[in-house]
Amino acid sequence: MENMMTSNSIRKLAMGGAAVLLAVGGLSTAVMAQRDPAYDAARSSGQVGEKMDGYLGIVGTPSETLQRMVNDINIKRRAVYAEKAKAANATLEEYALTAGCLAIARTVPGEKYQAPDGTWQTRTSAAPMRDARCP
Amino acid sequence: MRGGGRRMRVGTGRTLVLLAGCIAMAGCINVNAPSEPIVIELNINIRQEVIYRLAADAGNTIEENADIF
Repeated sequence: MENMMTSNSIRKLAMGGAAVLLAVGGLSTAVMAQRDPAYDAARSSGQVGEKMDGYLGIVGTPSETLQRMVNDINIKRRAVYAEKAKAANATLEEYALTAGCLAIARTVPGEKYQAPDGTWQTRTSAAPMRDARCP
Repeated sequence: MRGGGRRMRVGTGRTLVLLAGCIAMAGCINVNAPSEPIVIELNINIRQEVIYRLAADAGNTIEENADIF
C-alpha cells in the first residue's frame, strides 16, 4: 500500500514536471518567434517592405543600421529557404518566390510591398497586387 | 506575290503596291511573335504548379520563423 502511494506520487511529480517543461518550452518559442522591435518599427513606418522574391527590401534611402538589419534578416531567410527547399525538392528561388507571395499577402495595412511591376506599394485593406502565379 | 513581279514592270506607282506587299510580308513574319509568349506562358504554368505545391510548406515556414518575417 505504501509502495503504491509512493509510485503514485512519483508519477504525479513526473507529470507535473512535464507540464512545467511544456509551458516553459512554449513560452521560449513564443519569445523567439517575435520580431525585433526595430524590425517591427521599420515595417510599420514603411522603411522596409516585402519584395516579390521573398526577401526584405529597403524602400527609401538606406541608413547603415537599416541596411545591416535587412541584410541580417535576409541572410537568415535565405538559410531557412535553402533548408526547406531542399526538403521539399524545390529550388531556392522557387521556395523564396512562394514565400514572397505569402509574405506579401500577410502584410498589414500601412506596410510596404513590391508590386509585380517592381514599384513599392503601401498595403491597404484591399488585397495586394501580386504576381499572377501567386496562390 | 506572283502578281507583284508583273506590276513592277508596269510603273513606279505600282511599287507602292509592292511596298504594301512587303509590309504585308512583314506582317506575316510577325506571326512568329505569338509563339514566343506561348513559351513564356508555359514557363509560368510550370512554375505556378511548383508555387502551389510549395504554398502550404512555405506558409508553415513563415509561421515557424515569425521573428524574420
